[in-house]
Amino acid sequence: MKYTKEHEWLRVEGNLVVVGITEHAATALGDVVFVELPEVETQVAEGDDVSVIESVKAASDILAPVDGEIVAVNEKLSDNPSLVNEDPLGAGWFFKMKLDDLSVLDQFMDEDEYNDLIA
Amino acid sequence: MGLNDLHVALGGKMVPFARYSMPVQYPAGVMKEHLHTRAAAGLFDVSHMGQVILQPKGSYEETARAFEALMPVDVLGVKPGRQRYGLFTNDAGGILDDLMFANRGDHLFVVVNAACKQADIAHMTARLSGVCEVIPVTDRALLALQGPQAETALARLVPEVTAMKFMDVGVFGDIWASRSGYTGEDGFEISIPMDRAKDFAVKLLDMPEVMPIGLGARDSLRLEAGLCLYGHDIDTTTSPVEAGLTWAIQKARRAGGDREGGFPGAARILRELAHGPARCRVGLRPEGRAPMREHTPLFAGNAALGEVTSGGFGPSVEAPVAMGYVPAAYAQIGTKLDGEVRGKRMAVTVAAMPFQPTTYKR
Repeated sequence: MKYTKEHEWLRVEGNLVVVGITEHAATALGDVVFVELPEVETQVAEGDDVSVIESVKAASDILAPVDGEIVAVNEKLSDNPSLVNEDPLGAGWFFKMKLDDLSVLDQFMDEDEYNDLIA
Repeated sequence: MGLNDLHVALGGKMVPFARYSMPVQYPAGVMKEHLHTRAAAGLFDVSHMGQVILQPKGSYEETARAFEALMPVDVLGVKPGRQRYGLFTNDAGGILDDLMFANRGDHLFVVVNAACKQADIAHMTARLSGVCEVIPVTDRALLALQGPQAETALARLVPEVTAMKFMDVGVFGDIWASRSGYTGEDGFEISIPMDRAKDFAVKLLDMPEVMPIGLGARDSLRLEAGLCLYGHDIDTTTSPVEAGLTWAIQKARRAGGDREGGFPGAARILRELAHGPARCRVGLRPEGRAPMREHTPLFAGNAALGEVTSGGFGPSVEAPVAMGYVPAAYAQIGTKLDGEVRGKRMAVTVAAMPFQPTTYKR
């Protein structure tokens, strides 16, 4: 598992990358009440706003961590956005991306580095 | 703030609010705090609000009359031991602040919003000091205990409160209580000397019914109850009639009443009462789950109508709820409008308020 400075986690699954937000981010956001997911089969560039997460407090953007194509989204979040709080690293995933080259993930933090960031 | 240490000890996430440091939420989080208040009882520290005594120099009636001249509200008709909602208006008929005031026999007790309290005290001092002393109460905390089990909990410490009804006020030793609040629930507001407030709050929090509640849930509770937040839903540009606060303007101050007019902005307010306002505050129910927050623009087709003044997710309603201003022609319940969220038009319907039924003990 890799982590970004924007508190997203990236998990490789075959030739895809699954993206979600960290437990630290989910806790900071508070109770999630709505998630706007990206369209599947869209090309996105690193830093694009691809998703919006609304908590009881505020709206936050979810950024595309790398260039690639959105190939799947977690439809369960539409009906049950609280999955983001209940299981941020598992059932609360946001979307899956197809990358040309998985080695771009090497630039991101590993778990220890991320834990240092939020310490 | 006398209770700051307690908030921090309880794990409150502190944020600046109206020059105070206030807990926006505790570890339970906004959603659980909100639902707990509706199910049992929530304790709020609202000590930042302004508590003011109007102590008559002459008769109570003389002071009540002078105070009445600041508001389109029947002050003289409030009996001893009773409280009423009031609004200071300006000469243009806008709202300077909204407030609660109580007849405490020989004087009036007023509670005003934190952000407005310096201006309100200056306003009252300028307009009332001929007839009364305007005395800011600075050595007292103000707690709100809200929810269906508030009475059960508070009665363990102050048994007399069980006899109170909605908008009654009482003095019990050094505790000043009113049966009121701003959540739509039955409950109490409790003014208590600052040096006793922490012990009192801890005693309440030790009860199984009571949970500490932050500003986040305070806002979602009052929004579901359809209650206005000053500086957002009402301000100097909105009149009480536009804001749908005509229930706060009693017959005595209206056309044909015993003491018709005679308050700042009376020309506009009485005209709007007679002919209707140009725009109205309305309740809004967005379709789907996406909240429409403050400043969301509202449209009917291509016509820009106004904007959302308060909006968020209603944990008890289990859906987004909002309020905002639209021209009177679009204010009918059931009218379909659009709100623009992140550049996209989303359907929203004008809806009755409160969104959540109130449970006041009348």
